[in-house]
Amino acid sequence: MKNEHDHTSTKKFGMVINLDLCTGCGSCMVACMSENNVPFKEDESDKLRSITWMKVYKLTNKRPFPETDICYLPRPCQHCEGHDGHSPCVSVCPATATDYDMNTGIVSQIYTRCFGCRYCMGACPYHARYFNWFDPVWPEGMEKYLNPNVSPRMRGIVEKCSFCYHRYQAAKDKAHLEGRKEIEEGEYQTACTQACPAGAITFGDLNNPDHAVYSLKKDPHAFRLLEKLGTNPKVYYVSSKEWVRKAGDNYLENERPAWK
Amino acid sequence: MKIDRRCFLSLGVGAGAGIALSPLPWKITDDLSIWTQNWSWTPVPATGEFTTVNTICTLCPGGCGISVKKVDNRAIKIEGMTDHPVNGGGICSLGLSGLQLLYGPTRIKTPLKRTGERGSGQWTALSWDQAIAEVAEKLNAIRTSGSPQSVACISGATSPTVSRLIDRFMAAYGSPNSLSVPTFIDSYRAALQLMHGVAANPGFDLEHAGYILSFGSGLLDGWGSPVRTFKANSGWKKSKVKLVQIEPRLSRTAAKADVWITINPGTESDLAMGIAHVIIKESLFKADFVQNYASNFNEQFRKLILDNFSPETVSKTTGVDSASIIMIAREFAKAKNPLAVCGRGQGNIPGGMNEFLAVHALNALVGAINREGGIWAVADMPVSDWPAVQQDSTATTGSRRPRLDNAGTQAFPVAMSLLNQFSSALISGKPYPVQALLMVESNPVFTLADSESTRNALNKIPFIVSFSSFMDDSAALSDLILPNHVYLERMEDVASAAGFNRPLIGLCQPVVTPGLDTRHVGDAVILLAQALGGAIADAFPWDSFENCLEETLGDQLETLKEKSFVVDEGFQPDSWATAFHTPSQKFEFIPTALASKKPFAPINPEGDASAFPVILLPYDTMRISSGFIGNPPFLTKTIEDTVLKGTHSLIEINPKTAQTFGLKEGNMAMLQTPKGQAPVQVHIDDGIMPGVIALPRGLGHVAYDSYLAGKGVNINRLIGSVPDPVSGLDAAWGIRAKLSKA
Repeated sequence: MKNEHDHTSTKKFGMVINLDLCTGCGSCMVACMSENNVPFKEDESDKLRSITWMKVYKLTNKRPFPETDICYLPRPCQHCEGHDGHSPCVSVCPATATDYDMNTGIVSQIYTRCFGCRYCMGACPYHARYFNWFDPVWPEGMEKYLNPNVSPRMRGIVEKCSFCYHRYQAAKDKAHLEGRKEIEEGEYQTACTQACPAGAITFGDLNNPDHAVYSLKKDPHAFRLLEKLGTNPKVYYVSSKEWVRKAGDNYLENERPAWK
Repeated sequence: MKIDRRCFLSLGVGAGAGIALSPLPWKITDDLSIWTQNWSWTPVPATGEFTTVNTICTLCPGGCGISVKKVDNRAIKIEGMTDHPVNGGGICSLGLSGLQLLYGPTRIKTPLKRTGERGSGQWTALSWDQAIAEVAEKLNAIRTSGSPQSVACISGATSPTVSRLIDRFMAAYGSPNSLSVPTFIDSYRAALQLMHGVAANPGFDLEHAGYILSFGSGLLDGWGSPVRTFKANSGWKKSKVKLVQIEPRLSRTAAKADVWITINPGTESDLAMGIAHVIIKESLFKADFVQNYASNFNEQFRKLILDNFSPETVSKTTGVDSASIIMIAREFAKAKNPLAVCGRGQGNIPGGMNEFLAVHALNALVGAINREGGIWAVADMPVSDWPAVQQDSTATTGSRRPRLDNAGTQAFPVAMSLLNQFSSALISGKPYPVQALLMVESNPVFTLADSESTRNALNKIPFIVSFSSFMDDSAALSDLILPNHVYLERMEDVASAAGFNRPLIGLCQPVVTPGLDTRHVGDAVILLAQALGGAIADAFPWDSFENCLEETLGDQLETLKEKSFVVDEGFQPDSWATAFHTPSQKFEFIPTALASKKPFAPINPEGDASAFPVILLPYDTMRISSGFIGNPPFLTKTIEDTVLKGTHSLIEINPKTAQTFGLKEGNMAMLQTPKGQAPVQVHIDDGIMPGVIALPRGLGHVAYDSYLAGKGVNINRLIGSVPDPVSGLDAAWGIRAKLSKA
């Protein structure tokens, strides 16, 4: 794209997650749930039906004791850019309920347009999308904590991580009121980034050289998930462990990984 | 005009094309989706004025600062307080779920009195006046009969002032049985008492440590103040500080450590001694400290170590090869600012003093005491004076009776409170039976080892009063519940964060006005004292808890209300010359008080090896809250399906161990220990030592709400308490067990 490096007009929000620092504690998951009014049920142990916009996966190196190693991998929506915004889910949505925003690089999900065909869920290679099989039910009194900036979803539609887009809107509103055109890096941070006790998540504009993610994504140990599919995701991972980097894609036994 | 077939069809096609080209279909589908999605039962959160209130989280001893976002009088989000010295903006998953506790269905809405059988869940609501009158009447009757000592109180209160108030109540009433809920901090306190001769909390200068040797401490699993430790760990990673984790299971800490040393469970103190052996033999110790500031090193400690703990000997018991022992010892002793820590997992069980004394001796050898990056003795903060309790004669007689938990007796002189020894006194009824029990912010039926016999013991008490905010397992067993506010509605002081190395005091402030008919437990205690009258009422000159807090904190309260915390930034620990107040006025490697005991002897797990071939270990995880606070729904949602599936707990087992029992992934098995049995599902995991199996702490509640009750196994049901020979605190780190296919 011609504006790719002009961050004043075209932003490309993304994340760099340092897997060496991530402890798998699950704070990002809960921060996301409480920020985004994610519902919960009595039994959430069927993970196929458990809505977790941010999900921490546990990877193992499959070696016997005591050479076993594990690594935790937080997975938000990868906000794939594909080629020119043709991310897998956007390409298949018949309702234009999900769209790629060229100005921010955020893949939106517009609940009122979604009619629940779930094509996008089939298209997403990251299992980042979740379907509401049931109406959300908050026990009496608990709806008090719902965040007015995020609309609760109802039965029959798909939802996913929005990179806390409402926080971007709030930051822009604030900047506008103060007569600024640009927002500061710290003004727009996702709930998971803000909460992470280990400081493993960094969020910012991948196009902006002043933002931390700009240089972090160039770490020699940085990789993205399933890069071979050409989804061009905007979530980068950094791990010093080779087996972890290799777990990021489906490599054949003797295949040379993309990051090598 | 005659309408023939051809005309009819063309009209139809024309109309169809016309409608398709018009905006009508789009308008209809749009309206349809709007209409179908406007379910009246889908809440639309009201908006309003956005504000933020700073306070302190008291859900664990971590003492993090939190900023709670509000819309009008609704709290909508908890975030970490960015300028708090403990957590600096970070927050854990439990802290983030706090609003589900505030607004959750497990809250007790009004004082309750039991109407049906105990534990049947049949209650009738009372007014506060009625409830206080009922408790006062019972306590008065017990006192009039001349046995005030038979009233006991178990308190896990996070506020020092609330704890003092409760102790004061018990003293004025005339009972010596005021019990607290101990953690690994109590074991560290005992170690500091014995080796330094001071009453102090351990403070770990984690941020400046240069090499960390962790004897099974879950540094990344919730040990100490979790968020602070996580941040310190990220600092270690960036500055290439080595973390060595010693434990038989690949915990999150072990996975993130630079070196994971797998060790036979329960032999950690041996390994510490083996490391000490290498340090002493190769003269790698801090000579200045050992020669000038420590006593009985050459005569006793050096000899004990050199005679008994060579790497070869230690290698046999611990299963750690001697080359590794030597390597770690050298690295540890030569590193800048080395630090050794202990307290297993989150440190919810105090643990064996053998480990605490051995690990603290290691720190002493390398001079890591009261130095940068080491362990500091942070003396208890002075408290403001309250007028002394004027006991009447009943109270004087009662409080002179022996404590039921043996704390402070000749056998356990260091202990202040031994909750783990309380239930056996309840069962035996000796030296005297308990007639009434008060419970504050504690859930002994769930959190104490051997929870079934604790339940039976509690059932023998004729009158139980709970001050819990939640319908926890113990509150469900009580006769009267006088519900406390939850932390987001309370005003109270908060003790420093566990393991924090500077004096710190926090203020928990009301974020929202209490929405239910609850009262602060401090107010309830004052009301109760006033209802009892006489000398008891006289001991409480305050008309409310807030009044008591104002008087106690004095000028500090204003600063606290503004900032939520006060920290002594420039604090420096005592120098070696002035730090030790033992009989020898020096650091004591082998405390004088323990001369006749074997302080470094390992604690063996309960059970016979032939009947119970494997060892069951409890483990802690950040995703399960195992103390008084039960898991809120969000936290339960983060539990992996390899830990909890439906209502089944999954047991972690090495493939080799599984093979010996003929078990496969997903099989149901019966787990048996000398204390009981429970059905579990098998999860095969390479990250655990063969011969060892593990279950998480914190599952298997029988009370609370439908989001938590009946899920998994409470491991405390399967493990008994093993009193430590030195401290008397619970030292059980596991138990022998067997599995059979179910």
